[in-house]
Amino acid sequence: MIKVKVEGITKVFHSKNGNNGNGCVEALGGINLEIRTGEFLSIVGPSGCGKSTFLEILGGLIKPSCGSIYIDGKAVNGPNHDRGIVFQGYALFPWRTVTENIAYGLEEKGVLKKTRNEICKKYISLVGLSGFEDHYPYQLSGGMKQRVAIARALAYDPDILLMDEPFAALDAQTRDTLQCEVLRIWEETKKTVLFVTHNIEEAVFLADRIAVMSARPGIIKRIINIPLSRPRSEEFRTSQDFIKLRQEVGYIVREEAKITANS
Amino acid sequence: MSGKKQRLQRTPRKFIALFVFLILWELLPASGIISKAFFAPPSEVFEALIRLTASGELWVHTSISLQRAVTGFGLAAIIMIPLGFLMGWYKGFEEVADGLVQTMRQTSSLSLFPVFILFLGIGEVSKIAVIFWGAQWPILLNTISGVKSVDPLLIKSARSMGSSAISLFRKVVIPSSLPSIITGLRLGATHSIIVLVAAEMIGAKSGLGYSVINWEYNFMIPEMYAAIVMLALLGLITNYSLVWLEKTTTKWKEEITIT
Repeated sequence: MIKVKVEGITKVFHSKNGNNGNGCVEALGGINLEIRTGEFLSIVGPSGCGKSTFLEILGGLIKPSCGSIYIDGKAVNGPNHDRGIVFQGYALFPWRTVTENIAYGLEEKGVLKKTRNEICKKYISLVGLSGFEDHYPYQLSGGMKQRVAIARALAYDPDILLMDEPFAALDAQTRDTLQCEVLRIWEETKKTVLFVTHNIEEAVFLADRIAVMSARPGIIKRIINIPLSRPRSEEFRTSQDFIKLRQEVGYIVREEAKITANS
Repeated sequence: MSGKKQRLQRTPRKFIALFVFLILWELLPASGIISKAFFAPPSEVFEALIRLTASGELWVHTSISLQRAVTGFGLAAIIMIPLGFLMGWYKGFEEVADGLVQTMRQTSSLSLFPVFILFLGIGEVSKIAVIFWGAQWPILLNTISGVKSVDPLLIKSARSMGSSAISLFRKVVIPSSLPSIITGLRLGATHSIIVLVAAEMIGAKSGLGYSVINWEYNFMIPEMYAAIVMLALLGLITNYSLVWLEKTTTKWKEEITIT
């Protein structure tokens, strides 16, 4: 089953000092991609390759210059409750408590207060933040903030979770823990996940498939299958299969980067 | 809990300098170092305060001053906060208005007082107008900068959760610019009192500013200081009530101490 179908997405930004002399920067140069229902797909690529732009187009936050996106066969036209976004910078509302932050999407969806509170409670416990319901974001660590952001994106029950380098700003231990948490949550909630990262190990650990992007203009060069068993836990990182595949993927990504640089 | 304890211990220390100041103020005129005729000691000022309160005179002047300041400041807040939201949100609006706003704001409010008198007469309206004038700029400019500094990531995040333009404004733009607006209100309130006193000194027959000048002309020095003390109290009360407002509306901020 295909959940998301991306057809020829391009994005041109207008800027005063564009890279091709006409005041334009071609961020995305025709992206085609199919995301299957319930799969965990990672997009890897060097910084500045347009991964975030692509994710925001998928989220409906910015319009593509050309091309279209279909979710369950219907064309995407702006943000909707069928998609939830988790940003690298957490993007929590500092004036709202943990519960109030998680309730935001539910409020916008028109869910009644009583139901909202029940749902918030459920997701707070899912991300392991019970006891922090009434804390404000400034009272939380980076990892905890990102847990809130994940709960908030899940709370209004979107089919698709779009994650934009969500762990890039976290320390290594917290990142490892949260990767396992995301896998557990994904297995529990059966969402379709698109996970953007520049970290190859992270992508191999999490994903079913990895889409390798190259820069300027951003296109998807290759799709790599990750035929590793699930569920994957912390010990899985030291297994021979994982280490071998991580090296292979790393090699492929570097080769793609070289080809792009030489062309 | 420890924070509360600390605050309690700090409270008496906060008043040490003030206390020393009051003692010096009492002793210097008594010892003859400063002429008692110009520098009435606090004990005499206090007596004058009691006398003026008993006769009701102090209250008459205080209430008329309060009326002027509150009306001028209140109008400035009611008109300038919404205008600031408009100007902050619609970039074109601010670009066009910026030159005018900057010029107007740098023009001393008091230099315009004669203009207000010419147009509005010497009654209450001209005084309220000049207070309004002085209070409006910090309120307007801080509201604009509050709206402009809303984190674009928060707007993206709200939009991704299906926020409409109205709910974006109500749930993101307003709460996010609130601290800056309150700063504007504090500055506006301070301006209001400064302008109030000066306007009353220049062109009024009542109010605390008028009283200071009038009692000085009549060489009623303790009474003059009594009016000054009332103005100081007015300033303190205004500032602390706005600090309280700031603290209750921005609990979500890391504890900052501005007094």
